[in-house]
Amino acid sequence: MIRILTVALMLAVFAPLSVEAVEPNEILRDPALEARARVVGKELRCVVCQNQSIDDSNAELAGDMRVLVRERITAGDSNKEVLDYMVDRYGDYVLLNPPFKAATLVLWIGPAAIAVLGLFWVAMMFRRRKSTDGKSEISTSGPQSTPLSDDERRRLDELLKEDSA
Amino acid sequence: MKRFLYVIPLMVLLVVGGFAILQLKQVSDGKSVNILPSVLINREVPPFDLAPIQGYEKGFGSKDLLGQVTIVNLFGSWCVACQVEHPFLMKIKEQGLVPIYGIDWREKNPDAGPKWLAKYGDPYTLIGDDPNSKAAIAFGVTGAPESFIVDQKGVIRYKQIGPITPDVWESTLWPLIQELRKI
Repeated sequence: MIRILTVALMLAVFAPLSVEAVEPNEILRDPALEARARVVGKELRCVVCQNQSIDDSNAELAGDMRVLVRERITAGDSNKEVLDYMVDRYGDYVLLNPPFKAATLVLWIGPAAIAVLGLFWVAMMFRRRKSTDGKSEISTSGPQSTPLSDDERRRLDELLKEDSA
Repeated sequence: MKRFLYVIPLMVLLVVGGFAILQLKQVSDGKSVNILPSVLINREVPPFDLAPIQGYEKGFGSKDLLGQVTIVNLFGSWCVACQVEHPFLMKIKEQGLVPIYGIDWREKNPDAGPKWLAKYGDPYTLIGDDPNSKAAIAFGVTGAPESFIVDQKGVIRYKQIGPITPDVWESTLWPLIQELRKI
């Protein structure tokens, strides 16, 4: 029950975030064309809001860009032609998905490369730990633990005795 | 070797911190950092033809720019920073330094632009009305004011984001305009 309530609450809180900003008067009559406009709109960045698509943004400029996308689609442009038109004016920045090319190589490869390096490092640590584990027979709590010498044992006993006295 | 591994995070931090400090320094030097380089530099002005604003006879289109070095200035009566640069544009007009063409961007009321110009003065040779961002998007504009220096052949040579200040004018815009006139 609580789980269902939690899910319901989360839906209630987060669902509005995905609501689109497309205005009713912008929507094209032809559902096929409108569907394409939505696809294109989700790929275009609202240039005044940094990290929203024009479909998600309430900014006036985003609204004008949505209308422009629809005009060009109605005029017979392909999706790619519409995107190219925007890139032509705003640069790659206007695409929410930056294209894969030399200048964006680090952006695309970087995280994956760091993840692979990290996994490699963790794997190395585990292998090293395992090999030391196998060698030390007396080890109890960990690979680095060495048993107390007789001297140390005696001192420990004394200290414990003092404490309880 | 192992010691060296422990230094790596520190080095990464230093590099990232270094970039952060460089950026901050640019801000404190008064340079705007978040500037998108315009892809339109050294390309022809996108074709457009705007209707006149209310009470004006002529609109403004890309063809009007041919034959001389010009400034295309995008403004709006709603734009606070435009008010800041406006007196300087008036000065450029009064001294006859270079013709300025205006794009009146996204006025909610058709009489807002003309009223604003009546109040603060009209520095523009021609003005086009751009209520739906047609020209603004064609120019790849993200906010007002933005100004473009266009050469005799109608090629965009410079994009100024934000107000034209006396500083920018002296250091960048005016030298560039004089340079372009020699071509």
